[in-house]
Amino acid sequence: MSVALSPVPTSAPPTQARLRWELVVNLVRKDLKVKYQGSVLGFAWSLANPLLVLVVYTFVFGYVLRSTIPRFGLYLLSGLLIWNFLSLSVTSATTSILANAGLVKKVPMPHVALPMASVGFAGVQVALQFVVLIVVALGIQHHLGGVDVLLLVPAVVVALTLTVGLALLTSALNVRYRDTQHMVEISMFAWFFLNPIVYSVTLIQTHMIAKGWGHLYWMYYLNPMAGVVVSFQRAIYGTVVVPGAPAHVAVAASPGHVAIAAVPAKLPVQVLASTSNLFYLEVLGIGFAVALVVLALGATTFRRLSADFAEDL
Amino acid sequence: MSQSPVVITATAVGKRFSTHHRKATSLKERVIRREQGAREDFWALRGIDLTVHQGQTVGLVGPNGSGKSTLLKVLSGILRPTNGTVAVSGRVASLLELGAGFDGELTGRDNIFLNASLLGLSRRETEAIFDDIVEFSGLGEFVDNPVKHYSSGMYVRLGFSVAVHVNPDILIIDEVLAVGDEAFQRKCIDRIEDFQTHGKTILFVSHSASLVEQLCSRAVVLEHGVVSFDGEPELASEHLRDILGVDRVQRSRKVLGATVEEVVPVHAGTGEVTWTAMPGDPLRVEVLLTVTGERPVGELSVRVAFITDEEDSPAALIEVGAGVVGNAAGKRRLCLDVEHLPELAGGYTLLAQVVEHSDGTVLATARSAEPLRIQPDPAGRPIAVMAGVRVEDV
Repeated sequence: MSVALSPVPTSAPPTQARLRWELVVNLVRKDLKVKYQGSVLGFAWSLANPLLVLVVYTFVFGYVLRSTIPRFGLYLLSGLLIWNFLSLSVTSATTSILANAGLVKKVPMPHVALPMASVGFAGVQVALQFVVLIVVALGIQHHLGGVDVLLLVPAVVVALTLTVGLALLTSALNVRYRDTQHMVEISMFAWFFLNPIVYSVTLIQTHMIAKGWGHLYWMYYLNPMAGVVVSFQRAIYGTVVVPGAPAHVAVAASPGHVAIAAVPAKLPVQVLASTSNLFYLEVLGIGFAVALVVLALGATTFRRLSADFAEDL
Repeated sequence: MSQSPVVITATAVGKRFSTHHRKATSLKERVIRREQGAREDFWALRGIDLTVHQGQTVGLVGPNGSGKSTLLKVLSGILRPTNGTVAVSGRVASLLELGAGFDGELTGRDNIFLNASLLGLSRRETEAIFDDIVEFSGLGEFVDNPVKHYSSGMYVRLGFSVAVHVNPDILIIDEVLAVGDEAFQRKCIDRIEDFQTHGKTILFVSHSASLVEQLCSRAVVLEHGVVSFDGEPELASEHLRDILGVDRVQRSRKVLGATVEEVVPVHAGTGEVTWTAMPGDPLRVEVLLTVTGERPVGELSVRVAFITDEEDSPAALIEVGAGVVGNAAGKRRLCLDVEHLPELAGGYTLLAQVVEHSDGTVLATARSAEPLRIQPDPAGRPIAVMAGVRVEDV
């Protein structure tokens, strides 16, 4: 028996389909309660992961591979935390509809609240991690402040747009294609290394110049997170060029630095992309355009698939 | 009554389910399925036209599998109709399953806030009605215990209490009320009558003809996804009795000859018969049956349900699933896999019914020899029952 009837266009009943922020807040509160219930350290656990990453990466990149970046731990955290926000949000949003099958199948509700709650949940955790970062930065008498800090605002907007778009896309796709969650996991790992988090973005710059692709440098920022990460580093880490010390001069003579020989010998280690804040706004602009496309794609996909969630689960 | 505004309109609503026990959930499967082509479909609802006016209390009755729950889900916006249109105006509170919208890990208190917010209330609005909800539910101090430790009766009391206190315009209730004790049922009925006097619209599914006659101004009988009667509750009950035809079961059994030899719960991993299980466990229900097929009959299907075994509560029926077993004569075993047992501790007798697929005539009924005991689970897991089905010749 095959299908001869073509479905007549239907109008969805106007149930409680509109997204209410209070519901999202309640779902986040629920997740936080459930997650930390019965654990002695509670919230401290959400700090455990970035601390572990900090220790391991500082050891690997700072001591074993001898990164030329001074204060490597601080540099790492400035870019890592916003990445954590995206990665945590998207990974948990991917399974959010599945994990709440009981709700989706039995309660009329705006489904979009579920991936949004995942983003909110990740937001709370990462916000806590940021508090720690700020405390550490002040503790080691790192100078925070200045106009650069304002870069955080557009950077957060770009990161949020991209995160919400991806969360909607992957959560909706995963209901029908469970491959999505595995693909997301793998892609997140690969994507992490595309961003200048454990290495300096100058590596990309010098490499591209060396290959004669200098004019294509902007394409690197088609990955919106690259712009977000460098802006965060500019805002928090701050130091663009570290004045040379003898040890650094030796490193600066390595092949990778040949192309930027134009940099005065007095300033051998360039850590961040640029001293001009306009540069950061430009790359964020590129990223924002891409993020908006992702958001539009995510929202359309979610809207199209969500009517059948209860059936597909 | 005809002057009051229309709040629910369903026009030519149909709902089709694909009969794959498992839909393609990976790209690979999707590709393979596409190659195979042919897809069997099952229409749970066909050409439903229903208009409900404000203030009406409509009872929805019909045999198991006639599409009552599907209709409620379509009307509450959970399922999208395959064709036709549905229009509902006003705030809808629906109570479709025990503990739907509850998180086992959270306390009753937290769940009240979560559930009310799912139903569209703000925190402040919820705080204003919180004490009433707790009082009506009769949970007392238990409200600060995690709901995973609640009995099924407590679940339904809390769920109903939240649903009626959020001041919905339309209340949609599936058969959940049967679980509460008599005192609570009385309270629910009072509350429903209170709703009626306030001009609220109520739509509910019940297997109790007397309850429908007592409460409803109108009853709709569904049969194989089609409205077969719409009118006076008394007449509806009569019509329903005709459909179910207790005496006809006896007659047809002699001719068609299907017998259920045993119904046993089996541990999904080891394949051994087990009478105790934990919530969240996978479980297989095996039904051994013989079809004698003395005259050509249509396809037969087997339905499996859990019936509560507690003495102090009226029987509640949880449908687990059904499988088509064909009509060839012989002995066969139907294996129904429940992915996760619901988080409802207690004793349940397994009920298996062999029915004629075309018209729902019951050919044979059997219960498990012992009740299956679902133990309280300290870990607590979300509620979800659903099953994959397999039939083998033996």
